[in-house]
Amino acid sequence: MAQYKVISGIKFGILSPDTIRKLAVMRIETSELYDEQGFPVPGGLMDRRLGSIEPGAVCQTCGNRAATCPGHFGYIDLARPVIHPEFAPYIANLLKATCRNCGRVKLPPDKLEQVSRRMERLAKRWPALKRKLVQAVIREAAKQTVCPHCKTPQYKIRLEKPYTFYEQREVGVVKLTPLEIRERLERIPDSDLLVLGLDPKESRPEWMVLTVLPVVPPAVRPSITLESGERSEDDLTHKLVDILRANQRLKENIEAGSPSLVIEDLWNLLQYHVATYFDNELPGIAAARHRSGRPLRTLAQRLKGKEGRFRGSLAGKRVDFSARTVISPDPNLSVNEVGVPVEIAKVLTVPEKVTPWNIEKLKQLVSNGPDKWPGANYIIKPDGARVDLRYVKHLDEVAETLRPGYIVERHLMDGDIVLFNRQPSLHRMSIMAHIVRVLPYKTFRLNLLVTIPYNADFDGDEMNLHAPQSEEAQAEARTLMLVQEHIMTPRYGAPIIGGLHDYITGAYLLTRKDAIFDKSSAAQLLYAASYSGPLPEPAILKPGPYWTGKQLVSVFLPNDMDFVGKAAVAPAGGKCDEEYCENDGYILVKKGRLLLGVLDKNAVGAEKHGTLLHELVVVYGVEKGREIMDTLFKLFLMYLDMHGFTMGVDSVQVPEEARREIREIIEEAKRKVEELIASYARGELVPMPGKTRRETLEDLIMSVLADARTRAGEVAGRYLGMFNHAVIMARTGARGSMLNLTQMASLVGQQSVRGKRIERGYTGRPLPHFKPSDLSPEARGFVASSFSTGLAPTEFFFHAVSGREGLVDTAVRTAQSGYMYRRLQNALQDFYVAYDGTVRNSEGMVIQFRYGEDGVDPSRSDHGKPVNVEKLVKRIVALRGVG
Amino acid sequence: MEGAQPISPEELWSEIEKYHDTLPESLRKELYSKILEYGLTREEALAVISEAVKRYLSSLVNPGEAVGTVAAQSIGEPATQMTLRTFHFAGVRELNVTLGLPRLIEVVDLRREPSTPMMEIHLEPEIAKDEEAALRIAREIELTTVENLCRSATIDYYESAVILELDPEMMENRGVTLDDLLRALEKVKGKKGSVEVSEDGSTVIIRLGTDDVIKLRRAYERILNQRVKGLKGVRHAIVKPIRNDKGELVEYVILTEGSNFQGVLSIPGVDPTRTRTNNIQEIYEVLGIEAARAAIIEEIKKVLDEHGLDVDYRHIMLVADAMTYTGKVRQVGRHGVAGEKESVLARASFEVTVKNLVEAALFGEEDPLRGVIENIIIGNRPIPLGTGSVKLKLRVASGAPKRGGA
Repeated sequence: MAQYKVISGIKFGILSPDTIRKLAVMRIETSELYDEQGFPVPGGLMDRRLGSIEPGAVCQTCGNRAATCPGHFGYIDLARPVIHPEFAPYIANLLKATCRNCGRVKLPPDKLEQVSRRMERLAKRWPALKRKLVQAVIREAAKQTVCPHCKTPQYKIRLEKPYTFYEQREVGVVKLTPLEIRERLERIPDSDLLVLGLDPKESRPEWMVLTVLPVVPPAVRPSITLESGERSEDDLTHKLVDILRANQRLKENIEAGSPSLVIEDLWNLLQYHVATYFDNELPGIAAARHRSGRPLRTLAQRLKGKEGRFRGSLAGKRVDFSARTVISPDPNLSVNEVGVPVEIAKVLTVPEKVTPWNIEKLKQLVSNGPDKWPGANYIIKPDGARVDLRYVKHLDEVAETLRPGYIVERHLMDGDIVLFNRQPSLHRMSIMAHIVRVLPYKTFRLNLLVTIPYNADFDGDEMNLHAPQSEEAQAEARTLMLVQEHIMTPRYGAPIIGGLHDYITGAYLLTRKDAIFDKSSAAQLLYAASYSGPLPEPAILKPGPYWTGKQLVSVFLPNDMDFVGKAAVAPAGGKCDEEYCENDGYILVKKGRLLLGVLDKNAVGAEKHGTLLHELVVVYGVEKGREIMDTLFKLFLMYLDMHGFTMGVDSVQVPEEARREIREIIEEAKRKVEELIASYARGELVPMPGKTRRETLEDLIMSVLADARTRAGEVAGRYLGMFNHAVIMARTGARGSMLNLTQMASLVGQQSVRGKRIERGYTGRPLPHFKPSDLSPEARGFVASSFSTGLAPTEFFFHAVSGREGLVDTAVRTAQSGYMYRRLQNALQDFYVAYDGTVRNSEGMVIQFRYGEDGVDPSRSDHGKPVNVEKLVKRIVALRGVG
Repeated sequence: MEGAQPISPEELWSEIEKYHDTLPESLRKELYSKILEYGLTREEALAVISEAVKRYLSSLVNPGEAVGTVAAQSIGEPATQMTLRTFHFAGVRELNVTLGLPRLIEVVDLRREPSTPMMEIHLEPEIAKDEEAALRIAREIELTTVENLCRSATIDYYESAVILELDPEMMENRGVTLDDLLRALEKVKGKKGSVEVSEDGSTVIIRLGTDDVIKLRRAYERILNQRVKGLKGVRHAIVKPIRNDKGELVEYVILTEGSNFQGVLSIPGVDPTRTRTNNIQEIYEVLGIEAARAAIIEEIKKVLDEHGLDVDYRHIMLVADAMTYTGKVRQVGRHGVAGEKESVLARASFEVTVKNLVEAALFGEEDPLRGVIENIIIGNRPIPLGTGSVKLKLRVASGAPKRGGA
């Protein structure tokens, strides 16, 4: 574990030919890979000196085996220099800015001096600006037609991408060979390089023209042996072979004194191979391909992109001690817990150091061995030796050898801390710490309340689990990442974990005025919520002792809690106060007793501020919040079980007179639309400002039809009533909306594409069932049927069209928002609150002098406010009366 | 109650001011007004103040908190939700404004021109309720080209002329006189050209004095696009009455399609303090960096509110500050905040990997490995945020600490 050296920085530069030779262990001489027996050819690309890759083989250079040998570089002496393709644009800049004769930057000496002083100052303070100054220098210097130093006339230099240079001389356009280019670059003095932004110690410009090519070790280009015993080489090896062959031929032809045309061709070929070795996606030249026609994945391609070295291998790491399986719900677990299958608990281990206090327990675990839970998989002795308990015959004997100081890698057990995650991990609540409960069966089990932060459901979702190993990691997980610490979201300062679906329905039914219980069912319910203690005084004494649902809820509220709120079922307008509120919507808690009102989404729901739950968490802390979720919330479910709650086709059937009313509303709307169309046809329709007459007509029709649906929905709502289960769910905020019910009970309404009525398809009509240019509602996607009566074929089609648009929209825009999120994350990731209260980035620059201008953590705020003064004052006033 | 007197405003303020250096101004003011409003006694007021101080102090951020990441998540997460919810607008709207995800991306991308640029122009208080004045200013700023004033425009190849048939109704509507038009045409007719008006003033003939058909056509285009009056970029302007809850007129505002902030601010009658545009770049250029920051916050907030997404103001502020703290507005992305980081590895791991590495080599850059992603890449040490930012370590009795801080 000891860390001997700390990397304090990384300096970038260009390798000089000398360095390349020094770094390498050998020169690659031949393009042959293996001899007839299949052994690597010495001096070839697979030479044993380059590092051991076959397991067991000892590296000839460093003496390590495959696992520890880092691999060693080789090099190729190029017969003629070639341009490094990635540097070509920068070479062009240098050539343009410097004299072709003396190599000086083509600025007058005094100017040069001035620029270099400026450069020095900028480099210290503002490196980004230095880059800009360099650009200006190059632009200025390139303009000179005569060298201000040696008075040599200068020519225009042109780079033909990717790596060919031309010079515009009097005699015409002349191609510059890499040899000439290299000579010119060599002539640039170190002092002038500083003006051009280069660091001559790390990157002499002539090093951008390669004379020696480094050869990466086989460790990064491993060959694979196919089942047939055939060897298949890596793309890079193929490329290197090409380079070696081209180099060899060029060398032979030079030595043989071949015509310069031939040599030029071969030189070009070598340049091509070297270029594609670095980057196989260079514009302007054909990509080198594999025999199969697939483009080769060379160096640049290995670094780039999502699966490249940076994003794929360095920023994204693979881990041990993790598990993944399907999730399923378990309301009996605490929100802090996660159910882990025994099979997984036997594979995931936690290292536990043997001490005099736990030695007996650990001995037992060791003797249970790896196959029996709870057991152990490994023992680590103080000298570092690992004992694999799978191969131990007499576990009991090994268990007795345990001494303090040994480490036992024991199975995951109840009470261990693990991290639990569901992708996409969009916010920090996507990874939270849970306490393990090892359970039978093969799925992870989680409390339903935590499905909200994970955005999980149980239609086949899988989740990941990680077992932190070190004591630090476990302690941090427990104190910072535990579910209860994340009840309050930093996004808006309200609970993100809280009631949903059946919890809300249950809460509503339980607190409704008709919920009364005799002693046995009251006790039954409280027991289910793990309550132990006395029953409160019954609210009803005759004909016998009966308790109200509100009383049962009150049992769990803190004694000094006061709360006033409005339930979701409370009417939007109209009277709602202490005296009277329709649907019992006025919630009043005094001294921990729920006196008035039903609990629904506005009292116990998640992702809402100003609720009873929010107040509980803010005032009494997250521990209390968790406790309520583990007790009171279970009571809600228990009561729902007791009460029974279903929804079926019946729930959306309305009586005949309601259907007649709805039909009339639709007919009336259609008549209105007809009138509109007629007035449009007569040319009487007055256009709205900024719109054409046609657009105006569409707007008016849409609003008439939308209005019709709203009214038809109201009719349905009226006839269904507050005892209808579907309505209960919609009104309490448990699930579904009144719109959903409208669509089932009265009519589906207008279908749209891009916010307009459906009009595309055939010429002048969406379907051949209608006359061309028929603007009537039914010909433009108005669905007058309800889901329960069933849709006409044309209506069904329109509905499908609209539904498809929704799907496409989601698919297209998730990609967009994902990319925006990545960029935001990248821009902001280094910001943190420093100890002086400022927000700084990793460079130490101040972004904000005080975080959020008041230094308040949104997740500790009450919906953004550090203190809700109004509530505080009101409470003091309320306490007055109580005295 | 024994009839205790409510605390006096002076005494209350002096009590609150004891916490001048502890509580932020907004909170102190709120305490002051709320306590007075409910007429608390001295005792009660002190209780409220001390409770407020306690709660404020306990709601402060922890040093080391990765507020940047939290802000990015708090905006990124609801942005993905935004895509999952489909919106139907059946309401009547005069102007289309891009909202939702595309607008959000546009703001953080700092696009030079928004896809639907618009301005909301308020008038000086004296004329704010004057519809006539509003209409006059609206007409004045709305860009009117020659094309807008013509019923038809044709090229007469034989005569080498462009014939404009004027639309008197439109001219009236836009408040343009024939003289205005002729003055505008002077600018485009060219040296050899001449302008003739028919006797009844309904037709204008512009002779161009060239036979070249291509030149003729080009001139035709130029004539039609010639500005007669109004501001460049303001395609359309409408006057909208703003009413309060009771339906009383508060003022008239001018909404425009297209934006020309600089131009509009210099028009007499326009209230420059309340007039706004949704083009952030323009705000930066005209009003400076603080205004740009405020505009970014406002625009992001507007999009999120439109979708009913609840995001704390602090997160949005941080994004705006990240874009503006250098004194220039920078986009979130490779040409801005993320692309100007000091760290080579951070830039290479974001976008344009190869270019960043090549330039780092060429310029001999050094990566000090201070950021988050660099330390993830290096591995084997904590990232410098949160618990990883703590550089102190307890020296255990036996021997020196094994691991050095980051």
